[in-house]
Amino acid sequence: MRLEDLNWQYRSRLQRLAIWFAWLLTVALFVWCWNLMTRDTIWLFVWDAPTQAADLGSRMMPPRWSYLPELMQPLWDTLNIATLGTLGGVILAVPVAFMAARNTTPSRLLLRPIALGIIVTSRSINSLIWALLLVAIIGPGLLAGIIAIALRSIGFIGKLLYEAIEEIDEKQVEAVRATGASGFQVMHYGIVPQILPAFFGITVFRWDINIRESTILGLVGAGGIGLKLQSSLNVLAWPQVTMILLLILLTVVASEWISAKVRSAII
Amino acid sequence: MLTIDSVGKTYGTGDKALTDISLTIEKGQVVGLIGPSGAGKSTLIRCINRLVEPSTGHIYLNDLDLVALDQNRLRQQRRRIGMIFQEFALVERLTVMENVLSGRLGYLPFWRTYLRRFPASDIENAYRLLDRVGLLDQADKRADALSGGQRQRVGIARALAQHPDLLLVDEPTASLDPKTSRQIMRLIVEICSDYHLPAIINIHDVPLALQFMQRIIGLRQGRVVFDGAPSELTESVLTTIYGAEDWTNMQKQHEDDLDSEADATARLGALRS
Repeated sequence: MRLEDLNWQYRSRLQRLAIWFAWLLTVALFVWCWNLMTRDTIWLFVWDAPTQAADLGSRMMPPRWSYLPELMQPLWDTLNIATLGTLGGVILAVPVAFMAARNTTPSRLLLRPIALGIIVTSRSINSLIWALLLVAIIGPGLLAGIIAIALRSIGFIGKLLYEAIEEIDEKQVEAVRATGASGFQVMHYGIVPQILPAFFGITVFRWDINIRESTILGLVGAGGIGLKLQSSLNVLAWPQVTMILLLILLTVVASEWISAKVRSAII
Repeated sequence: MLTIDSVGKTYGTGDKALTDISLTIEKGQVVGLIGPSGAGKSTLIRCINRLVEPSTGHIYLNDLDLVALDQNRLRQQRRRIGMIFQEFALVERLTVMENVLSGRLGYLPFWRTYLRRFPASDIENAYRLLDRVGLLDQADKRADALSGGQRQRVGIARALAQHPDLLLVDEPTASLDPKTSRQIMRLIVEICSDYHLPAIINIHDVPLALQFMQRIIGLRQGRVVFDGAPSELTESVLTTIYGAEDWTNMQKQHEDDLDSEADATARLGALRS
């Protein structure tokens, strides 16, 4: 083989053709979808949108500051829903995670599928829907919100925690087992220290998400600041809505800051 | 003391790791297990404390058949068998002291170890062991803050905290530099003679084995092909154990190491003068 005959190309002719054709298909698909999407659009309303937005904006401004004291109690409720809900979720998620992890499950054929089922069920249903169901079952109020948050958190914490358990260094576990330690001692000395940073990181992360989620649970009657938001929306009290949104924004920023601090302190 | 009686191990995949191994180890004897990687050294010592379940045969520690024990009685016997690992296998995020005290887990109920309420005598003994391995001032450091040699010393202290009747040592120096390797090996051998402890030491480094062992067992493809004193370990025996090509390579490697060490010493000498 002579060096002059070698001809390097990034893609072969056939590959180039295939890529060009793929682009063509994408553009055609986009045009078709656009037509389908805008079939029922009333364009008059869309052209009008900036004016409408400006109008709503002017009615929302300025926020009604005097409404603030009235919001403190529901805000406290919201924080409690998030925190107690996270706590409940953690307590329920830890055993589920140990049952779901391949290397710690007591039974691969029975308990592991059950644990995975719990995780999937909890994750696939949004907090708001859990809250709707629970308000119907146990009536409106904080308790429904707390349980909704807890049920939603099991899946999230359980999944991330069982993945952390599966990634541990088995040599450390083997060494503890070799000393003659019992099953729980092996877990406590060999596994727990290895997953503790992940555990705290996951918990604080979920708490941060739960604060955001608990602000809207009131919309379906599960207590907290969402209740105020709903009643303000119902009477078109826009300045109050602005006030509530500002407060939620502030709370979320604060919780995010706390969770970032805690996580960087652990790692 | 320890009798291994025709032990075999076949893994689930059908790989035969050990075939018909029979050995007796007397009290206070330090035995080096040599052989190429894949010869079954690790499997053999793990069969003794049943981290790996042997497929056939019996293993007697003080006339008690370890293979026949149920889980509970196995745990009681594991307490008497200290193990030292290749990559130290310390619980990285626990302190040095907690790692040493974890050697006591088998003797204590769960709640005491959960609350870290170890008996005063255990703590006193742990300090004595840390002093023996030269780490008394490191007791409250986290294990992952130590150097390789220091970590292996913690591993030794943890094994001794069990008050073992037998030490199983799996490639104790494979993750260490040559100088630290010799220090660690010397420490293990000294401790064995202090406590009159028998030990089985997996070791891939033949010169190190020749230097420190009282008896050497050579394993090849899961069978014992040599059992005798280091002085009986001739060129031809080593060729049987390792195969001609590998043994020549190992020798060459060792000579290169010696050469470069001599070179380094010479250069250092030149600097000083």
